[in-house]
Amino acid sequence: MAEIILKIREKIGIMVEAEAISPESFAGKGKEEIEALLVWQGPEKLPLSRFFDVEASGPSASPEETRIIMQGDLSRVKRIGEGMKAGSIEIDGPAGMHLGAEMVGGSILVKGNAGSWSGREMKGGLLHIKGNCGDHVGSAYRGSWRGMTGGQIIVDGNARSQLGGGLAGGQITVEGDVENFCGIRQSGGKILVRGSAVRGVGAEMNGGAIAVCKDILQPSPGFVETGREEDPKLGEVQLEGRFVKYAGDYALSKNAKGTLYCREV
Amino acid sequence: MAALTGTAIIRNGSVFDPLNGINGDKKDIFIREGKVVPSLSSAEQKDSLVIDARGKTVMPGGVDSHSHVAGTKVNAGRLMRPEDHYKSVRARTALTHSGSGYTVPSVYKQGYDYAAMGYTTVFEAAMPPLEARHTHEEMRATPILDMGAYMVLGNNWFIMRYLKEGDIEKAAAYTSWMLRTHKGYGIKCVNPAGVENWGWARNVSGLDEPNIHFEVTPRELIRGLAEVNEMLGLPMSLHLHANNLGHPGNWEIARDSLMITSGMEARNKSQLEWGETQKSARRRQTVYLAHAQFSAYGGTSWRDFCSGAADLAKYINQVDDVVIDSGSVPFGPATTMTGDGPAQHDLYMITGQKWSNTDVELECGSGVLPLVYMKSSPVHSVQWAIGLEVMLLIDDPWKTIMTTDHPNGGIFTQYPQLLTWLMSKKARDDTAKECHKWAYDKSTLGGVDRELSLYEMAIVTRANPARTIGMAYRKGHLGAGADGDVTIYDIDPANLNPNDTSALTAKLARPGYTIKDGRIVARQGEIVSVPDGRRFYCQPYVDEDLEKDMLKDVKDWFKYYTVGFANYPVPDKYLKNPVAIPVNQPLEAVMRR
Repeated sequence: MAEIILKIREKIGIMVEAEAISPESFAGKGKEEIEALLVWQGPEKLPLSRFFDVEASGPSASPEETRIIMQGDLSRVKRIGEGMKAGSIEIDGPAGMHLGAEMVGGSILVKGNAGSWSGREMKGGLLHIKGNCGDHVGSAYRGSWRGMTGGQIIVDGNARSQLGGGLAGGQITVEGDVENFCGIRQSGGKILVRGSAVRGVGAEMNGGAIAVCKDILQPSPGFVETGREEDPKLGEVQLEGRFVKYAGDYALSKNAKGTLYCREV
Repeated sequence: MAALTGTAIIRNGSVFDPLNGINGDKKDIFIREGKVVPSLSSAEQKDSLVIDARGKTVMPGGVDSHSHVAGTKVNAGRLMRPEDHYKSVRARTALTHSGSGYTVPSVYKQGYDYAAMGYTTVFEAAMPPLEARHTHEEMRATPILDMGAYMVLGNNWFIMRYLKEGDIEKAAAYTSWMLRTHKGYGIKCVNPAGVENWGWARNVSGLDEPNIHFEVTPRELIRGLAEVNEMLGLPMSLHLHANNLGHPGNWEIARDSLMITSGMEARNKSQLEWGETQKSARRRQTVYLAHAQFSAYGGTSWRDFCSGAADLAKYINQVDDVVIDSGSVPFGPATTMTGDGPAQHDLYMITGQKWSNTDVELECGSGVLPLVYMKSSPVHSVQWAIGLEVMLLIDDPWKTIMTTDHPNGGIFTQYPQLLTWLMSKKARDDTAKECHKWAYDKSTLGGVDRELSLYEMAIVTRANPARTIGMAYRKGHLGAGADGDVTIYDIDPANLNPNDTSALTAKLARPGYTIKDGRIVARQGEIVSVPDGRRFYCQPYVDEDLEKDMLKDVKDWFKYYTVGFANYPVPDKYLKNPVAIPVNQPLEAVMRR
């Protein structure tokens, strides 16, 4: 296992587009080669060494054998681990937008907060965010209705709006609260929110399942109660307590196939 | 080298020039200042660009006679599909603009992508008169390509009123004024009478069903507009998007629509200098059916859906006054966009996709909806088969044009793939194995052995589109006087193996050279120069008094428009390098009366 440490040098001004930071692009490369990888900042393409001090234990044999550790405030570094297929990234602080977007495999662990679009259109792997995160986590990007299709996202803190938008597969777990339109246009997969949601949960959903363990402040009107369950299961996850089970969203379809659990009040 | 602009010699290539009957002969092509000439003097030869095309295939530049590349509905497609753009980007170079978009590329990318594929002329298939300014703005911004746009008139209030009254002369006067006013090239007729009904959430389903308020039938509109077309003598015949488009069982109405113009005489009264061709470069057809694939459906519902292409082809094989373009479906993402509002709504009801719908006041309508054609889908697989059947079951290639109705059936950059299917039965069989079994079970394609030759391919992608729309006076061939637009493919006809399908597709996608007006614009798919294209439009004339009478009606009814009469026309400054084609000039118009 080769370890590569990227330490941020100074506060970054214009956001950096760093899809070059992934086990695939680091695999087999030495310190100098990694330093020379190019990233966009505004209209300019600049080497990684412009923003990071790189330490490498030696070239890794493969992406699987590559472990990237990032230190400092990365909130202005976007697209870390985009499309990664294997290996791991550990971020010792906050991370910027599009973290792990379209990732296929491997794992990313963020010890701080993560930006919007984290795990966007993710296909596989594990994305674990220990802090809070922004909008559109695990969702489809602008214009598309197909979000995350596989893998797992865990958020230990809160998430904001449109978590799991267009979710088609995989699982998202939020330990804290979410805001608006969690699971909008969901067609598959599962979303578990241990806290509360504000409004629009499951709007236009047509498949998959959502569970909200505390309150939904303003429930969507297109959901119809289909029963009440004690300790239901959301996929593999055993929930505790009494839940109301809804089907929806009938605002979209006469034959709605989405399932929504909400803690009975 | 190449001190003279646009002067070039293409030596020893295998030339395919169907309008001149040249079928792979080794031949030199000479171009002087952008025009094909029989020879160059030795002084000129010294200063000209010389390309050695030995062992290569030389054809006239590609001509696309039906593509949606400019205008409001195209832009609506761009606006509603950001997901189509961020994954398909083109970086700026020293010479070219950046661009984005897969199914609906930005104007720059469109121009570069067409040129890189060997096409030099592209006509926009549907320009609503009210949106003509926007259409011209986009064409003005499109690099390299020579362009023009057909004007949508099949549900126009003035046309419907005149034709209901049987006043063909005034309808002709209105059409000629509209083409001049909006710098339009020809007449497009989309779902005649039906789009007007769509304003009241209805459609028409038969050729003799009168629409609401105007009480005019599709048959009267098709017949009337074709008569107007031949009375004015426009370069292109009536271009028809038939009724019931996209509905199972619609092949019959398509055939019946094509019969309406039967017996009419094709008259091109444009006053132009024609390049030398061995065959007649003038159109024979009085109706040009758009995207036949979408109008060649059998069955009665989506459950018993099947191909109706064989039936439609049977009729077309019997007559000489019809040309079709295929509107083939090469699978993958598409963005459907037509002036046929109700057809787009039907698609929305089936797919639940995002959908936009527009009413163009007094004139027409349109709808846009993204779609992915999937090999796993039974219906899409049959559509794929139909799109190839209409090209292969119509025996005479001079009746067919290969398109995807970009971006409706597929995108224009898939033409090489489409050509490979047309040129190789093996390629079709290979794809049929990956498709839903309906592809061959519900069509006759599996039993079709025909494979297009390079000569036939040159007909359906160059010579015939140019001839059909009246551009063969300068496009689609390499006779003296033609534009110096040439595509040189890295294909040696002596060693062509159409069954090496991926190699064939790759070679068709990236020709060695695309030459426009005697200058190299693309080399192996890379853009190397970016000249501005021309914008073609027709200037037909009718008797002045007749026009004055007609304009009185127009001004009277203009109160229904939300634009002022003075703001309606397209000013000249909207066109870069305009080429006006005079048609039916005053003297003849007077004599006719």
